[in-house]
Parts: sequence; C-alpha cells; structure tokens
Amino acid sequence: MSSVTMGLPMTWRRIPERYGLIGSECESCKTKYFPVRKICPKCRRRGKMRDLKFCGRGKVYSYTVIHSPPSGFELETPYTMAIVELEEGPRLTAQIVDSDITDVKIGTLVQMVFRKIQEDGKEGLIHYGFKFSVVK
Amino acid sequence: MVGIVGYGVHIPRYRIKSEEIARIWGDEGGGVKDGLGIMEKSVPGMDEDAATMAVEASRNAVRYCNINPKRINAIFVGSESHPYAVKPTATIVAEAVGATPHLTAADMQFACKAGTTAIQCCMGMCTSGMIEYGLGIGTDVSQGRPGDALEYSAGAGSAAFIIGNDGVVAEIDGTYSYTTDTPDFWRRPGMDFPSHGGRFTGEPAYFKHTVNASKGLMEKLGLKPSDFDYAVFHQPNGKFPIQVAKMLKIEVGKVKQGLLAPLIGNTYSAASLIGLASVLDVAKPGNRILVTSFGSGAGSDSFCITVTDRILERRGKNRNVIQYIGDKEYLDYGMYVKQRRTLKTL
Repeated sequence: MSSVTMGLPMTWRRIPERYGLIGSECESCKTKYFPVRKICPKCRRRGKMRDLKFCGRGKVYSYTVIHSPPSGFELETPYTMAIVELEEGPRLTAQIVDSDITDVKIGTLVQMVFRKIQEDGKEGLIHYGFKFSVVK
Repeated sequence: MVGIVGYGVHIPRYRIKSEEIARIWGDEGGGVKDGLGIMEKSVPGMDEDAATMAVEASRNAVRYCNINPKRINAIFVGSESHPYAVKPTATIVAEAVGATPHLTAADMQFACKAGTTAIQCCMGMCTSGMIEYGLGIGTDVSQGRPGDALEYSAGAGSAAFIIGNDGVVAEIDGTYSYTTDTPDFWRRPGMDFPSHGGRFTGEPAYFKHTVNASKGLMEKLGLKPSDFDYAVFHQPNGKFPIQVAKMLKIEVGKVKQGLLAPLIGNTYSAASLIGLASVLDVAKPGNRILVTSFGSGAGSDSFCITVTDRILERRGKNRNVIQYIGDKEYLDYGMYVKQRRTLKTL
C-alpha cells in the first residue's frame, strides 16, 4: 500500500477514491461500482460510466479481528477489518475504528471516517483515506 | 454582513484523567486537577492527526449548511502540529471536502491562535468580494513533554467555520487583534516537544493579550462587558478563562458554556473555536458572543458575534460538541504512551 511499493502516481490517482469514496455508476444498467471502473462488465461497449460519490454509510457484511498484522500496523492490534456493504450496494474492505471490538457484528451500521492509513517511515508520504466507525 | 455560515467540530474519542498522569509522576492527583482546572483531556487515536481531524470538522461544517463545497474558494488551516513541515494540510482538507481545484489554500501557524486568524483571513476575502465562502480551521494534536506540566493539558481537537456573506447563522460584527513579540512558549524545528516560560506564560502573555484584544474590540464597537450573553476565551487550562473574565468584569456564568478545557484539555488552535461551537450549539437568535483567542509568541484575536434567526433551522443537522465530549473511552498511562508514541522505540 505504501508509495514506496506502489509509486507516487498510483497514490495520487487514488486520492478521489480514498478521500471521497468516489466510485462509478453505469448510466446504462445503473450498476454501481467501487472502486472506479472504466468499463461496465455487464454492458461492455454499450455501458456509459460516470463518477459517483458514495454517501459513506453502510453495514458490516463480514468482519475479522486482526492479531497478527502486516508491517506498519503492529501498534494497532487487535483491530477489526470488515467488508462493508455501502448503502448504494457495492462492498469494500476497511478498518473499523473508534468502536469497541465487541460492538462490531454482521449487520452493524457503520459510517465513513477520514483517517491516516499508513506512513512511509518518518520521512515519506503519509497516506490518508477512509475507515469506518460504528454508528452511535 | 459577513458571518458564520456553517461550523463543525471533531474531538477524538480517547481521554486520560489528570489523576492517572499524576499517579505516574508522583504528583497529588486532586491537587493537579484543582490547580489546573482540568479533570481529563482528549487524546487522538493512533491514526488521527491535525489533518484527519480538520477533515472531520470541515465535513461536519459543510453538512451543517449544506452548501456545494465547490463554492468554498479559500481554505486556511491553523495548527502548530501540521503533519508535514512542508506540504500543506489545507490541500488535504480541500480535496477531502470536495472543494478542489478552484480555490486558494494555505496553512497557518501562530501557536494556539492560528485558527481565529484563518477566520479573519476568510472574513477579509469575503468582505472584499474575492471569494464567496472561506473555510477557516483550527486543529491540533498538541504535544506535552512527559512529566511536564503541559502533559496534563495538551489535548487534541478541531473546529471548522465556513465564513460567507449569505445565509449566516451568526454575524461577525467586528474583530480586533493585539500582537507583540513575547517569548512565552515555542518549539524549535525538529524538536518533539515545546518549551515554555512557566509562570511567564500567564501575566505578560495570556492575560495581557487576551484582555487588551477584548477591550480593544469593545472600544472599537462601542460595547461594554454587560452587552455580551456569552464569552469564550482561549483555555490553556480551566482557570485562566475564569480569571480573564473577572479581569474584564464579565460574569463568570457567561463563560461556562464555552469552557471545555476541564473536559478535553487545551486543544490549542481549536480551543477557543470549539468553545464558540459549544455556545452556537445552544445560543438563541440575538445572543451576542465575545470570542478571544490567544496564541503564544504572542497575540490575541477578538470577535463580536451576533446569532441570527437562521441558527434555529440548522440546529441538529450535525453531531454537536456535547455529543463528541460524551462519546469517550479512557486510557491508562501505558496505553496513552503507546498511542501518543512518546516512547523512543515507537
């Protein structure tokens, strides 16, 4: 996920998606996608894609608690990762923060929050983006 | 008239009690609590910094007034804890609220008062017709050296105000600033923690500037202390704002709604602005509010704000200050050290 491995241009291209939950909608079949897609897999060449900003609310579709984290997340354990089903339909994977681990269940309502995802060491870029918290 | 179109805050969920910090350093917990007037302070989450909190507060502000963020033509972020030394926090906020690309943006630093100066800049640009709306933000994850008196007070929080000429919930009747070169508190480049002049931060710094800015404003506008329904002052602790109210002959009861340091500590650039937000959460149309910030180094910005009828339509559109303060989880000192990464190995 770091810019060291994925490059600054890739990080930069993903800012709308990560900061603002910008995905896509096919104007032909009305299917919504997250992240952005250039082509609708249902409509193919007949599809017409446009940017769509998702509202940031959803529910937990499934979740797991991470005790053995990837590099960069060691201080945060244990933490919850969830597949969140957005109100508009698409599902995405995100960390659940500011919430007790026991509060996260399948079907729990969650909302997007803006957080620091990872830092490229002390001198590198800071990566920001969406996480989710349980709706109180 | 130029005024506040929307506002929003963000206060992190975590708290540590003064007594818990006192336990580690061998201080008398009750004495510290009473001496500083701080019961507990806010602590940022591991993934929160001045930029993330500014985004949360700004999104709340946009939601509050429901304007198209593309109409925000200027964003100024005041903080003494910007996550980058070089690279603006303001561009992160602009992108995250959806205001890019047709706007100007910059970061500001003036210890605890850069947020109110950001609002003054927005006021000037709106009044001159340069911009339609401006977003002024105060946001900080302040630092206190372990064992230092500041460790009891240095909190975290953010407040964002959308300034404009149309659709205001509170008019800004005037502003007045008082600034001198006073070395009461500073942090040199590359240093993790600030240094301060102890008691020198009081009389020649906080009190002198806060009193003179407030008096200057009242003189400029022809107002007297009794003309205000609420007063909000910068709050490095729970006691200074009460003392300054007494010096200005303002009833102490008028300070309480905007005095949050006892519950969240000193949120630096956000402190007086979260206090103002707390007042706006309950104020009635016609109420007049005095707000005076203070930033070490040193200076104060004072504002006279009058609430309009529109505030009643907008109320409840957002998570208010009391809701943020009520949603909390306590940390012990060990977790606090981990979360603030004050151990060298972290």
